[in-house]
Amino acid sequence: MITRTRLAAGACALLAALTAGTAFPAGAAAGEPTGEDAPKVNLVLDVSGSMRARDIDGQSRMAAAKQAFNEVLDATPEEVRLGIRTLGANYPGDNQKTGCKDTAQLYPVGPLDRTEAKTAVATLTPTGWTPIGPALLKAADDLDGGTGSKRIVLISDGEDTCAPLDPCEVAREIAAKGIGLTIDTLGLVPNTKMRQQLSCIAEATGGTYTSVEHTDELTDRVNQLVDRAADPVVTPVATEGADRCAEAPALKSGLYTDREEFGQQRWYRVDVEPGKELRASVSVGADRAVNPSYGVLLRAVTVHGREIVRGEAAGNGRTDVVSTGVRYPKADSEDASTEAVCLQVTHSFSAASGVKTTPGLPLELTIDVVDGPSGSSDVASFGLGRGWWLLGALILTGFLAGIVWGWLSRWRVAVWRTN
Amino acid sequence: MRITRTSIAALLMLGLAAAPALAAEAPTEAGTSFRTATEIAQGVEATASGSAGDYLYWSFPADAGGRPTVKATVKLPETHAAETWQIDVYDGLRRRQACQYGAQTRTADADTASVELACVLRTVRAWSEPWADDPLPGTYYIRLTVVELATSDLGLPVEASVRVDSKDIGGAAAVDGSLAEPLVPGVAMTSASEDSENAEEDGSAVLSSIDPEDGWASGWWSDRWVWTAVGGVLAALAGVGGYALTRGAGRPPGV
Repeated sequence: MITRTRLAAGACALLAALTAGTAFPAGAAAGEPTGEDAPKVNLVLDVSGSMRARDIDGQSRMAAAKQAFNEVLDATPEEVRLGIRTLGANYPGDNQKTGCKDTAQLYPVGPLDRTEAKTAVATLTPTGWTPIGPALLKAADDLDGGTGSKRIVLISDGEDTCAPLDPCEVAREIAAKGIGLTIDTLGLVPNTKMRQQLSCIAEATGGTYTSVEHTDELTDRVNQLVDRAADPVVTPVATEGADRCAEAPALKSGLYTDREEFGQQRWYRVDVEPGKELRASVSVGADRAVNPSYGVLLRAVTVHGREIVRGEAAGNGRTDVVSTGVRYPKADSEDASTEAVCLQVTHSFSAASGVKTTPGLPLELTIDVVDGPSGSSDVASFGLGRGWWLLGALILTGFLAGIVWGWLSRWRVAVWRTN
Repeated sequence: MRITRTSIAALLMLGLAAAPALAAEAPTEAGTSFRTATEIAQGVEATASGSAGDYLYWSFPADAGGRPTVKATVKLPETHAAETWQIDVYDGLRRRQACQYGAQTRTADADTASVELACVLRTVRAWSEPWADDPLPGTYYIRLTVVELATSDLGLPVEASVRVDSKDIGGAAAVDGSLAEPLVPGVAMTSASEDSENAEEDGSAVLSSIDPEDGWASGWWSDRWVWTAVGGVLAALAGVGGYALTRGAGRPPGV
């Protein structure tokens, strides 16, 4: 953290403020062993001919991108493995076929040599086409391997010029590979169509889309995204649910991902010992355009098909996920044995017209098996009372008891006297 | 005897009143999913910069007996069309939690500078039946996002700030029973790695490492103890009073 802040201070005051600000209290410091592989980031920069346009703070889009890259390279945390890929940097011709293959790794993903990376960036001149789809595929390959978090930051100033390959579908395919990759997109001086395309790419992988009109916005945002990659997150384990309970994979406590197609159901199985509590939550993500009404249902069912508990959620409008969860404490009795609980997940998303339905929607499942709760024998804590009514009742009872006791003793004295 | 008991109770009450957290470092980032939600403490104003269209996530701890209020402010760009913002709160099982009061969804007219949202949750209870979705102690997630906006506003920079405060409801919400572990996602993994002291697990990321400032309540103490004890003492006093009233002048002389 200290190293990071010092470097940033050298760059510019605004940047320093941002970097210091992003120092999470819970985040791992540079070089601290996290038990996971280093996070990898691939910056994908559009170097197509349109980057010559001089409309960002009076300078050309390319100059703005270069300036931003220099500042980002200075502020990149030590533990991040950073790479740079270009698209449309080399082929100036008119042949679409050749132009759409024009993507190159400018700086390989690995430990960062700031000087070398900056020199490489300085050589770039706006040249060719905008092959976003092919560049994303290659960029995903660059990041292959390792268990750390992976992120592609795509900076572009125009929509893809390489139809029919839809970059949005490419992004979804990449996400469906289950390598835990996020694509964030930044649009330089965007128009409507470009906004839609870039935000579609981002949504497909759970990333974010940002419109950029000024150099400092670009620097801030890319820095923020690189820092996000450096934050340690739990990597989910890929699993594949079955169509029926009998064939369902047995899961233990942990975080899992899967894909669930439209109209499909997914079954998982968890063993719950007596006296333990099963907690399961599920989120189904909307990674493409879906119709505005949707829902998710999570049922915990016995092996014989009896429903134990269900969690359901529904919604409408714009969303990233819809999620729900269930709790099932298994009673602790002498003759009870470990129970296999089946979890059934269904969702009611429907794809908007013209949207591909494969691969399925991303599904995230959290399983926790913990000690069971202590029972509740009364609505109030330990059955204790509270409030003025209680006090009144107690005082009245005490008073009446006192009077009766007084009468009794008076009567006893009277009896004793007569005798 | 009575004085001692009352003073102990008073001390305990004082301890509870002094509990509200000291301000921790305020985060300036937000997560983008349940998994990456930024953890914030209660009573701290967390800020984040993002783009219109981002889903911003924070998580905070809420303990039994508190009624959390989530407040969010979004600063919008200078020029924009009308857009609708919304906060949703989810519990540790990712179940959506209802807001009792507060403007959870609000539409900002074109070119307004900011929009303010609020959500007052139900009181968090120590125990509930497994079939209920009552708020339980544990992690809570806040999701802030724009639900309706013009395509031309997509991706424009916005500044968001959120703050969570809890009202202490006290003994009125003290229910019997308690959870063995708070509703914190991944708590089974966290406690397992603590038990085995596995070197590989150390320092690795966890789903939620959230804790209230002074730890989770044990569920043992509530002001119901004071009420019941005071009730008992008053009953005894009333008993003595009633006795004195009817017993008369006491035993006759010479007995």
